[in-house]
Order: sequence, then structure tokens, then C-alpha cells
Amino acid sequence: MNTRKTEVIVVGGGLAGLSCAMKLAEKGCHVKLVSVTKVRRSHSVCAQGGINIAINLKGEDDSPIIHAYDTIKGGDFLANQPSIVEMCMAGPAILRMMDRIGCPFNRTPEGHVDFRRFGGTLYHRTAFCGASTGQQLLYALDEQVRRYEAKGLVEKYEHHEFLRLVIDGEGIARGIVIHDLFNLELHVLRADAVVIATGGLGFIYKQSTNSTFCTGAANGRLYMQGMKYANGEFIQIHPTCIPGNDKMRLISESVRGEGGRIWVFGDSSKTIEFPDGSTRSCGKTGEPWYFLEEMYPAFGNLVPRDIASREVLRICEQGLGVDGKIQVFLDVTHLSSEVHTKLASVLEIYEKFTGDNPRKNPMKICPGVHYTMGGAWVDWPAIDDQDRWVRYRQMTNIPGCFNIGESDYLFHGANRLGANSLLSCIFSGLVAGQEVPRYIENLKGFSRDLPEEVFKAAQDLEEKRQKELLSKEGTENVHQLHDEMANYMVRFVSVKRDNPDLKRAIQKLKELRARYENIGMTDRGKELNQTYVFAHQFQAMLEIALVIAKGALLRNEFRGSHFKPEFPERDDQNWLKTTIATYDPSQDEPVITYEPIDMRHLDPIPRDYTTAKKGKPTLKNIRPLDSLE
Amino acid sequence: MDAGTYVLKIYRGTPGKQYWEQFEFKRNYSANVISALMEIQKRPVNRKGEITTPVAWEQGCLEEVCGSCSMLINGKPRQACTALIEEYIRDTGSNVIALAPFTKFPLIRDLCVNRDSMFQALVKIRGWISVDGTEDQGEFGQPISQEVQQAMYVLSTCMTCGCCSESCPQVNHRSEFMGPAAMSQIRYFNTNPTGKLEKSERLRVATGQEGIAGCGNAQNCVRVCPKGIPLTESLSLIGREATKQALKDLIGLPDA
Repeated sequence: MNTRKTEVIVVGGGLAGLSCAMKLAEKGCHVKLVSVTKVRRSHSVCAQGGINIAINLKGEDDSPIIHAYDTIKGGDFLANQPSIVEMCMAGPAILRMMDRIGCPFNRTPEGHVDFRRFGGTLYHRTAFCGASTGQQLLYALDEQVRRYEAKGLVEKYEHHEFLRLVIDGEGIARGIVIHDLFNLELHVLRADAVVIATGGLGFIYKQSTNSTFCTGAANGRLYMQGMKYANGEFIQIHPTCIPGNDKMRLISESVRGEGGRIWVFGDSSKTIEFPDGSTRSCGKTGEPWYFLEEMYPAFGNLVPRDIASREVLRICEQGLGVDGKIQVFLDVTHLSSEVHTKLASVLEIYEKFTGDNPRKNPMKICPGVHYTMGGAWVDWPAIDDQDRWVRYRQMTNIPGCFNIGESDYLFHGANRLGANSLLSCIFSGLVAGQEVPRYIENLKGFSRDLPEEVFKAAQDLEEKRQKELLSKEGTENVHQLHDEMANYMVRFVSVKRDNPDLKRAIQKLKELRARYENIGMTDRGKELNQTYVFAHQFQAMLEIALVIAKGALLRNEFRGSHFKPEFPERDDQNWLKTTIATYDPSQDEPVITYEPIDMRHLDPIPRDYTTAKKGKPTLKNIRPLDSLE
Repeated sequence: MDAGTYVLKIYRGTPGKQYWEQFEFKRNYSANVISALMEIQKRPVNRKGEITTPVAWEQGCLEEVCGSCSMLINGKPRQACTALIEEYIRDTGSNVIALAPFTKFPLIRDLCVNRDSMFQALVKIRGWISVDGTEDQGEFGQPISQEVQQAMYVLSTCMTCGCCSESCPQVNHRSEFMGPAAMSQIRYFNTNPTGKLEKSERLRVATGQEGIAGCGNAQNCVRVCPKGIPLTESLSLIGREATKQALKDLIGLPDA
């Protein structure tokens, strides 16, 4: 192999991007790490509850196989199964690594990593650091990457944004175009592989728990350059958020994991259909009605998020919402002060933003957009596939362009289980850290040997776009357009979906696309021009919003987070398949096709959380895996 | 002024060209500084009715965990996301709230400053655990007691927001002091059982020009830290340890 170092670009510095950059640097690659913010501020810091690892330290006979079973079932069978099995198998090694690099996990009296319970499982499987696990995991990885930065193996481009992939004449990714957010200068970075780790897209909905960085623009731009986007319609709504003017703030599932209870005041004059098919009264008038505990005796308050969100909405539509609004109580007032301490940082968030003490008064919470299950389509040759070593895991349909973490579609199917995202982000990052060097080894010709024209052409396109956008003098305000888009997306493309509404949403998005042409730039300078930066992002956000809405419109069934009352059943006959969206500039809507799901380990079973008992679930066709590879 | 409105008085502009500009808003029970700034983006018109440019600021999680939205609000360093408008009006009895960028870091524009120096400090203090590699050997790190974990966790919630440095009289253009956050991070890494192995090297940084000698014990840092990190405790602890280290180095005694 060439003695010169291989160059890899990683875009995004959350858990996925950092674990990938760390692994690549360890393997001797030179990494250019691009991020719109200091990587230490990435959205992963917001993950509160924990990371699922089936290591069975509580003597519950837990195992990675059961973890994989829970994840496949929790995702309502939409996810390809081999990647999930390997992720769960790799969990214990990831936990050991994070412990060694200094992540301050909570401890048992003997000094080992402690575990708590989370939604969608009956096991104590969630390792945690107080109530800011994501922040702590991210910092530990950030520190390792800083170590490689000090050694010159990682070069950071913070406050820079990915705009465009450089694709050569053979369709291979060779670099990217970025702009400097401080002065809008355009730069081209060359590389032999590009890894995208840009997270979710909550900002499309504005009222989401995501950081404002999570625009989905990078994936949108890639989609417009030919990257396939999968399962866009699957957006997780978290049942417990605090509403706010600027955003939704998450109240972690760990609050329920530690014994928090959801309730509203009952009304015995009203009835509601229970999940078991019976019709019962809505509790007793004037008394707390713990509806999740009654409806789902086995899982109670810890049913998966999609179910909890829908039940909260259903209860509120019956007029039982607190103060007549779409909100219910989340109650920790009965819990001990030790538990309050464990949950301190979550409870403090509530106190800070509402001025109310949750230790004394039940919290008022509502469902909010939280996680993007869909994302870039990426390949995943399974360990026992014949062609395992001629394909590359986490690689998109554009050779040399990989996609990891929340911005890919791989691990969570139609619904993500709590505390699985941190695992999938770190896992996919480490996997890409191994696959990318192998890809480059087999690659003919390095990026540095390519003619300058390839890169110049990409930069020219962005220069032209910058000029055009900065000189816009129309009457529309892009932030107003964002508000309008977000309103439609929240109303019509979130918890409950109806086809006439979805059609209206698609019409609205097309209208916004037309009006976007007529925006006026309220700031024309080049110094930290955030209006321009957002206007550039907004175009890509609109296209992804269309992918979400169109995928939802076509999928006539109820699966995981995708709930359509008109089609109230999961329809495996017709819809057990992955949605693939492709961009065609000659059409005004995404081109949607479908692809079969790899179900080699578990046949679909009903997703029942009313009576589930702790059993011994098994998976088929499991090859003993000694290690990750 | 109309009691149904409030005013943000914002010190904005670029280096050498800073000026105050005022914006008026309708009062709204759940408004915070961020949501008000977002309103300006949608309608960039100042209090005089003049069309202006939207105000630039840094933001991220809006849950006070990423450290992005640091600024001076009525002169005090803090995160803007938790700054509730109604609380300010109630506590100050005034409908005018002043926003300004930090002064201890190079200004970029409006409310944004460049806090690179804080991250460079994390390199200087060797803010990492030097593991042999990340490949799994089947081993966890060393056991840690619950008490030590709790202490470490608090130190590790530092989000590099810069409030401590902004409030510190010793952090200024004449001094090389890295600021309280970096000193506290030395304590954090020196508490970790594996991190301890490089304790001496970190303490030598603390004994240097940019280190603990810079602290004047004004104790402002601990009062403004949004995470309640016991910064003064860290500073005095690192001060003592650094002195011991200097003594050991003097007589050539390696750390046990």
C-alpha cells in the first residue's frame, strides 16, 4: 500500500462521527473532521437516559440475543435483522471500551457499572451516567479524538458545514465542498472516503427535542445528489416533553424507568377501547387514572415510545388532557429523595423551564418529535453472506460515501427503543472505522491523484449558488417559511396520519418550494451570516420533508411510529418492506420504490406489550460470533 | 413603554464596530431569550421601526447541556436558553433586558465569540485517558466507588461554556491563565484510576505560567457556573497538588 496516509473525511462530530474518527485515527488514517459546531456540543449530549448493553450483571439471564429480539420486535420488524444482531453482540465490548476511556458510568457498591430499566424491555440493561449519559459518552470520545488531534492524525474543521459531495466521473465520492460559517468562504477537501454522521432532522418540525443543528440538510443535499434515502416516514415521537416557544425539551424515559408514573384525572362517564379489545371506563372521576398501567399490565409506563405517545394523544382526544390541553401528568412525587437525586439533571431541566418543582408537583408533559429512524440507505452484508468481503457495511449507494448514526436507517426499523440510539451510533461509527480503511485498500487511484477540474467543478457550483442566494430580493422570509413547514409537519405528519391530510401537507411543501424561490435575504454580508446559512439548508430540508410525507402517504398500514387510523393493522402481506426514496429533478415529488427486508433471524410476530412475560426468546440462524469481525 | 411588551437591548456588531440596538416584543408567558432572538429572524425590524439584519448568536441543544448559547444577560454570563423573559421582568422590575457578547474571547459578530482557547486548553492539560487502544481485551477499566463516581460525574458535566472564564478577573489579555474550567478538568482526569497514571504531567501544566498561579481566588467562577461544578474546590485542590508536584520534581522523585 502507498506509504502516504489515506485521507478520510468525517462530517459530524456526535457519538457516531467521533467513534468513527477515533477508530480511523487508531488505524493510521488522517481524518478531517467537519462539524457545524464544536464537536463537543453535538446533539448526542442531549441523550439523557442511557445505553443498552445486555451483559447480564443483574442475574436476569439477559443476553445479546434477547436484546436483539427486543430491538427487532420493538422496531415492528421493519429493520434488517443481521445488523441488529451484530450490534447487540458488540454491546458488551463497547461498554468495556467506554469504561476504559473514562466515561463515568454510575456504579454498583462493588464498583462495577450499574444498570437500570428502560422502555420496551423487562431487563435491567441500561448503563447510565446520572441523567446525561449522552453527554458523558460524547465527552469520553471527544477526549480520545482530541488526543489524536494532538498527535496530528485528526484535523478539525469546526464551524464549517458540508454543502456538496465531490463525485468523480465514475460516480465515486472523492471529497466535499464546505463553507466556513464565520465568513462563508468555500473550501474543497479531498479524501478517499467520506463518512456522513450528521444526525437527525428534528429541526424540520421545529417543535422537536433535537438541537437546532439537527436540520437534516446534509442528508437532504446528498439525496439531491443521488443518495438513496430509506424509511423516511418513520419519525419517533417521544411521549414526555415540555412544550416551549423555541423547542420541545425532553423529559427522559429514565424518569419512568426509575418509577415515574403517567396519569390524568379519570372520568367514569367516558369509555375507551383497551388494547385487549375490551371497552372500559376512563378511570374513576376525580381520581388519578394510571392509564398505561391499566392498559399494558406487563410493561405499564415503560411501553415503547410510539405506543405511549399514541395513548397519551388518545386520552387527550377524549378530553382528559390536563387543563384541557394535549398534556398529561408525569409523576415522581412519590419517589424517594435518592431517586430524585439520580434523576436530578432531568428534574432540573423541568424546573428551569417551567419554574415548577417536579419533586412536589407532577410534571405536565406532552408528546414531541424526537428521533429519525429513517435515513440514508446503507449496505450491510451479513457475517455469513458469500459476498461479505466484497461489499462494505454502512456504505451508501454512492461508492466511497458512508453514512452512520442517526443519519442512517439501519438499526431501529419502525420504532427505536429507548437507550438503543447511543449504542447504534457508537457501533456504526466503529464499524465504519473498520470498513473505510478496507474500502480504501481496494480502491484504485487516490483522491490526491485526480485532476483539479473534478474539484473545481464542484466548488464552482457552490460559488454560483452562494452568489444567487445572497442576491435574493424577494418578499418571503425563509424563517417564516420554516414556521409554516413545521406547522404542517407537526399537525399532519407526526403521531397520527390520514391520507387527505398527508396530501395537503405535500401540496403545502410544494407551495413552499415555489415560494422559496421568492425569498429575500435579510442579511447580505459574509460575516457570520446565519440567515444565508439557514436559507441554504432550507432547500434540502424541504426535499427531505417531502420524502417523509410521501412515504407516509403511500404506506397504508399501521407499523411502529407510523400510525394511520384508516388502516389500523400492521400489514405484513403488503408492507413488510423498506421504503426507498430517490430524487429525480425532473419530477416534483420523490420517486418511491421498495426493497425486501432481511428477516433471517426472526419471523414477524404480533407486537404485544399487554401480556408479555419474561420468556426465553430465541433467534434462528445465529452463527457463533467470536467477535465483531 | 407598554406594559404588554418588553425590550431586548443588544450590544451587537463586529470588532471595533459595536453598537446597541433595541428590539421590542409582545410579552408571552413562556418566552426565553432564544425564542425572542428567533422572532427577530422572522421580522428583523428594530424598535425604531428600521429594517435591520437579524442578530447572530450561537445555539444548540437549548437544554443547557451543550454550552453553545453563552452570553452576558444584564451583565451576567449565563446560557440564554434558560433565561426566561418573565423571570427577568419579575426579578428586576424592568421590561428591558440587556444582551451582550462575552468580553474575554475574540468577538466574531453580535453575540458570538470565538472560544477556541478553551478547547486548546484541554489539549494542554492532556484532557484524555491514555488507553493502549480501543480494541476489546475483555476487560473493564478499574472499579470505581460510588462516591468517587459521583464526584467525577459532577466535574465531567463541564460543557466548556466559558461562563467561569468570563467572570474571572484573572482571565484577561495580560494574563496567560487558562481559566477555572481547565484546572477543574485536571482534577477530573487525575481522579480517574487510569488517568492518575499521567497525574504528574497534568500537574506540571498546572504549575506553569498558564496554570494555577493565575487564580486570584475571587471565587466568581463558582457563582456563575451553570452546572454547579465546585470550581473553587478544584482550584485549591489542584493548587496543593501542584505545589507537591513541584517539590517532587525538585528532588527528582517519580510519582508512585
